[in-house]
Amino acid sequence: MSAVVATQNLTKRYHEVLAVNALNLTVEEGEVFGFLGPNGAGKTTTILMLLGLTEPTSGKVSVCGFSPTSEPLEVKRRVGYLPENPGFYEDLSAKENLLYMARLNRIPEDEARRRTTDVLDQVGLSEDGRRLVREYSRGMKQRLGIAEVLIKNPVAIILDEPTLGIDPDGAIRILEMIKILNRERGLTVMLSSHQLQQVQQICSRVGIIVKGRLIVQGHMDELGRAILKERQWNFLLEVGGSANALENDLRSIHGIDELEKRDHGVFLRCTRDVRPDVLSLLAHKNLPLLQLRSEDPTLEEIYLKYFREA
Amino acid sequence: MGIVFWKELADHFSSRRFMILLALIVLIGLWATYAAGQAIRQDTEGSPAQYVFLFLLTSGTATVFSLATFLGFFGPLVGITLGFDSISGEYARGTLSRVLSQPIYRDSLLNGKFFAGLATVAILWASILLLVIGLGITMLGFPPNAEELWRMLFFTLVGVFYVGFWLALAMLFSLLFQRTVTAALASMAVWLFMTLFVIIISQGVASVIVPDASTPEQLAHRADVENVISRISPSTLFSESVSILLNPAARVFGIALRSQAEGILPTPLALHQSLNLVWPHITTLFALVAVCFGISYIIFMRAEIRA
Repeated sequence: MSAVVATQNLTKRYHEVLAVNALNLTVEEGEVFGFLGPNGAGKTTTILMLLGLTEPTSGKVSVCGFSPTSEPLEVKRRVGYLPENPGFYEDLSAKENLLYMARLNRIPEDEARRRTTDVLDQVGLSEDGRRLVREYSRGMKQRLGIAEVLIKNPVAIILDEPTLGIDPDGAIRILEMIKILNRERGLTVMLSSHQLQQVQQICSRVGIIVKGRLIVQGHMDELGRAILKERQWNFLLEVGGSANALENDLRSIHGIDELEKRDHGVFLRCTRDVRPDVLSLLAHKNLPLLQLRSEDPTLEEIYLKYFREA
Repeated sequence: MGIVFWKELADHFSSRRFMILLALIVLIGLWATYAAGQAIRQDTEGSPAQYVFLFLLTSGTATVFSLATFLGFFGPLVGITLGFDSISGEYARGTLSRVLSQPIYRDSLLNGKFFAGLATVAILWASILLLVIGLGITMLGFPPNAEELWRMLFFTLVGVFYVGFWLALAMLFSLLFQRTVTAALASMAVWLFMTLFVIIISQGVASVIVPDASTPEQLAHRADVENVISRISPSTLFSESVSILLNPAARVFGIALRSQAEGILPTPLALHQSLNLVWPHITTLFALVAVCFGISYIIFMRAEIRA
C-alpha cells in the first residue's frame, strides 16, 4: 500500500486567519477516508490545495506522487473531484455535460461516448441521460457529479460533502455507490463530511479536523479504543419501580464511577464490568429489570468529544 | 483550448442573448444602409461618389446614423454582452471548479472563451457587411470594386480588434467581480466613460491648455490637443481609423489649416497609404486588448477556485 494523498505541515493562511494549520494527512491506496470536521474547519481548503485549485502558504503536498502546485495536470489526470454543490451547464443534457468533461480529458470521441453510457448506467441515470440538467433534482445532480468524476477513469476520487442537502434515502444511495466503487474498482476515496452517522458506515479510516488542525487520524476502531481507554464501561440501566432508592446501593458497588439520571433509567460510567454486581443487587432488592445495556461510544461521541476539546 | 473554444462558440450561437443581438444589429444595419442607399439614389444632381459602397457605410442622414457610427457605438455592447459573465457565470453556476479540476491549463479556458467570443464578433461583423453589400447591389445595380472590398476587410479587422477590447475588458471584470451583475455594470461604466465623458474631458482639458483660441493656428492646436487626449478612448481610436479607412479621400485627423492643405491634390489615397495613417491606431487597439488579457492572466493563474 502506498499513500495516494500525503501532506506535510500543510498550511494555508488567509490574511490573519489560519485556515489550515500544519496538517499531516495520509490517505492510503484503496481505502475510504472520511475527512470529518464542522463547517469552516478547513476541509474544503485542504481539498482545494490537494487539487492545486489554491496554493498552500507552506508545507508539502503530494497526490499520487505529484505536487499539485507544480504538476497540477498530472494530479488532475488521476484524481476526480466532486465539489460541494456541483454545478452543471444547465442548458445541456447530462450526456452533453459528461461528453464535455470527457473531451477536456482528451478521451477519444468513441471512447468518450461509450464511457458516458457506462457511467450513467453506474449511477442509475441511464434513463435520464438525454434530459437537460436543468430538470434534475439535487440528488440526481449529485449522482451525475459522481458519474462525471468517474468518466476519466480516476485512481482516486475526492468528494466534498457528497451527501449535503440530500434526503436520507438519496444519501444512502450515494454512499452505497461509493462503497461499491471502492470495493469493485479498488478506487481510493476521500470524502469530507460533517455528517457522522452516514460516513461511519462506509469509512475505513477517518481524520478529524477542527479549526484547521488535524486532531486525530486513524481507523474507526482505533478511535473508539482511544476513548474506551478512559471510560471503559458504560451502561444504561432501567428498572421498574423507584430507582431513587437504588442510587445509594449502586454507588456502593465498586467500579461505578458516575451515575447520571436519564429519561429512562440511569447511565452508569464504570471502570470495570459491573453487570453481575448490578444484577445480583437487583435480585436481592427484588426489583424488576427492564433493561441493562452497554453504551459503547459511537463515532458521534468520539467526534463530539474532539470538537469540545478543540 | 480547442475544446473550450468550440463549446463556447456553440453556446454563443445557441444563446438567446446572441439571437437578440443579431436581430437588433441586422435590423438597424439594414435600416441604416437602406436610408443611405435611398439618399444616394435620389441624389441625381451631384456626380456619383467614387466609392459608393464605402459611402453606403459612412453616410448618415439627418434621421439615421451611418452604419460605421452605429457599429462604433454598439460594438462595445456586443463585446460586453459576450464577455461579462464568461468567468463569473461559471463561478455562479458552480462549474468553474469542476472544469478546472480537469487536466487542462487555466489559460486554455481563458483563451478558449476569448477566441470564441472574438470569432462570434467576426462572424457577426462579416455578416452585416455581406448584408450591406447585398442590399447595396440590389439598390445600386453594380457590385463593389476590389479596393472597396479590401477596405471593408480592414474595416472588419479594426472592428474585431475594437470589439475584442471590450470583450477582453468584460472578461477581466468578470474575473475581478464574482457577481455577474457587478461585472456587467463595471463594463458599462467604462463604456459610457470612454464614449461620452472622454470627449467632454478632452474638450475641457484642451481649453485649459490652449485658453485662447482666437486665431486659426490656436484653434487647430486646441483641436490637436483634444484629439490626443481623446485617443485614450478605444472608441476614438476606432472612429478615427474608420474615418480614414472608409474614406480614401481623407488624409488628416481633425483640422488642417489652409496653409497645410494648400497644394494637396484631391485624389484618393491608396489603401496602403490609408493604412499607414491608421497603423498607430490599430497597434494601440491591439495593445489595449493585450493589456486587458495580460491582467486577466495574472489574476486568473493564481486565483483560488472555490465554488
